[in-house]
Amino acid sequence: MADVTLMKTPAETALAQAFESAKTTLPGNAESRAQAFEQFNLRGLPHRRVEEFKYTDLRALLREIAPFAGVPTADETKVALQGSKAFSNVAALQVPFVNGHFVREAVDFHNLPEGIELVPLREALADGHEWLAHLSPVPWASDNPVYQLNTSFMADGVMIRVAGSVETPVHLRFVTAAASAVATATRVLVVVEEGSSFTLIESHESTDGANHQPNDVVEMLVGDRTNVQHVRQNAEGDRTLALSTLALKIGSEAVFNSINVVTGAATSRHQVYAILNGENTNLRVNGATMLKGTQHGDSTLVVEHNALHCESRELFKTVVDDEATGVFQGKIIVPHHAQKTDGRMMSAALLLGENAAMNNKPELEIFADDVQCAHGATCGQLDEDLLFYLMARGLPKKEAESLLVQAFLGEAIEFVENESAREALVGTVESWLKART
Amino acid sequence: MLEIKNLVVQIEDKRILNGLNLTVSKGEIAAIMGPNGSGKSTLSYVIAGKEDYEILDGEILLDGQNLLEMEPDQRAAAGVFLAFQYPLEIPGVGTMTFLKAALNAQRKARGDDELSTPDFIKQVNAAAAKLEMPKDMLKRALNVGFSGGEKKRMEILQMALLQPSFCILDETDSGLDIDALRIVSEGVNSLRSPDRSFLVITHYQRLLNHIVPDTVHVMHGGRIVRTGGKELALELEANGYADYREEEAA
Repeated sequence: MADVTLMKTPAETALAQAFESAKTTLPGNAESRAQAFEQFNLRGLPHRRVEEFKYTDLRALLREIAPFAGVPTADETKVALQGSKAFSNVAALQVPFVNGHFVREAVDFHNLPEGIELVPLREALADGHEWLAHLSPVPWASDNPVYQLNTSFMADGVMIRVAGSVETPVHLRFVTAAASAVATATRVLVVVEEGSSFTLIESHESTDGANHQPNDVVEMLVGDRTNVQHVRQNAEGDRTLALSTLALKIGSEAVFNSINVVTGAATSRHQVYAILNGENTNLRVNGATMLKGTQHGDSTLVVEHNALHCESRELFKTVVDDEATGVFQGKIIVPHHAQKTDGRMMSAALLLGENAAMNNKPELEIFADDVQCAHGATCGQLDEDLLFYLMARGLPKKEAESLLVQAFLGEAIEFVENESAREALVGTVESWLKART
Repeated sequence: MLEIKNLVVQIEDKRILNGLNLTVSKGEIAAIMGPNGSGKSTLSYVIAGKEDYEILDGEILLDGQNLLEMEPDQRAAAGVFLAFQYPLEIPGVGTMTFLKAALNAQRKARGDDELSTPDFIKQVNAAAAKLEMPKDMLKRALNVGFSGGEKKRMEILQMALLQPSFCILDETDSGLDIDALRIVSEGVNSLRSPDRSFLVITHYQRLLNHIVPDTVHVMHGGRIVRTGGKELALELEANGYADYREEEAA
């Protein structure tokens, strides 16, 4: 089949114009931005004939590009943060972002928890900070158009360095609360030094009623013998189109556990790109997604085992109600040299609505011969016999369904070590179920 | 009192119950015996409200209320309890969570206040002790990894907590060893009361040595074909169901 050259869509043209006007004002190395945008522009917004975006056709979904958000006023910031509820029960160092801009007044730089250093990205980019060399730890993520757009437009963010055992979790609180639709491109880099342990909490919220377009990247360079717990929630507003990338490069003998609980946005695509770069490392990436109405939620995951004896476990649970659509794409890559890899990936979907849909695409790409890898995908409805059993004991149908859905999602959430964070996530599931009609 | 009048039920065009009539008075223990395929389990599911069945005719009244118009949870709140032949395993649902949800749902349906957690735990522990249940069973997910005997005990525990007025035991003796049979039967016997009726479905007379019935009904071809006292069970044990099968052939 001949290559088809697609006409630029109005959104692509708008992005090119936005980049032209922004590139001189955005901080940092203009050349690397220009390079990223050029790479993006070459192929444009990914569409359904691009395998990785088959189920989430950004060319069709992104009709209009919202203007990139300016720095919010003090009042706007205050109102935005007051409206933010995610993980409010969890004691943590608050690192908030409003409309994509780091709220530096919220952080007491002189009293950071021991072991934490924090540098605003805007300044770091302007000064050419040495940690900038650690950006983009996952090389092949740079080939991803969503990531390229973030690199092109990233306006703010933070860089965090963790050294030692840090008790206090760090909470990256992203809130988009502009009155009219805005786009944001935030970048966070976390460098976890050898032998450190810490918990990173992330929440993403935006106001209802506006077509916000956040595109956030959190990337982590994680050293040897580390223990990192990553807990994340995406609870954006009802018309948001949320794009995100979590890029991880993890050293040897490390333990890294991650969960993302998704309830928000009209359309979302959350990408996890991980490289296990040292031996005997243990990675868990879980997801629990709840979709209703006409929501579209895409979880895309690529884990590359790039060293011997690593273990990875991926468990994604998706509950799809009404006419919503869920997507899971997961891939485990095992090159020749990554012998003794143990990788298991599972995606299970529960369809509650008669017109709900789920697209499951688990893949293994294995070149080594001495590995244990497995993947599975299921898609089904609530078990009628179990429902009858619960109802026969007096539980009304909706309550019986809720109990079964909680159990289904609970399997992905139960490993979360931070008790308050786990309770918050369980609470999210409960409120989602309560709101079902 | 439970009254079943001319109940006709089919599933996927196959007639299972064929004009069944049965009355169980308050405080009565009625046993239903019959060969495989006579419709015993279907009867229990239809009383409890399982969806898969098509009711073509007849009615089921519990203390005058028409059960067939009610959802399974409403029937439970009205006093129906089915002890399942094969209790289901529900991974991820903690036994205590489930028991509390069930108990409070029924209390709510009856207009009572929810039970406080300490009161609830006290009740569960007392009921569990009676059934000689190890405490760790209550800490696990509902029925997950339970032996056949443990599952049946869990059914009786639920019965004891929910205090139904009409209990159906669907082959509760299947899969039980002698000790478990004794414990389960004692559990049931301790729930006997002038306000509570039982429908005990079984293949074997053995269970009826432990739970002594007031009446024994023989079910065959989707209806009750004979009714008698407890001695009828002994007669069936001696002669089998051959008489009824010949009747059918003739």
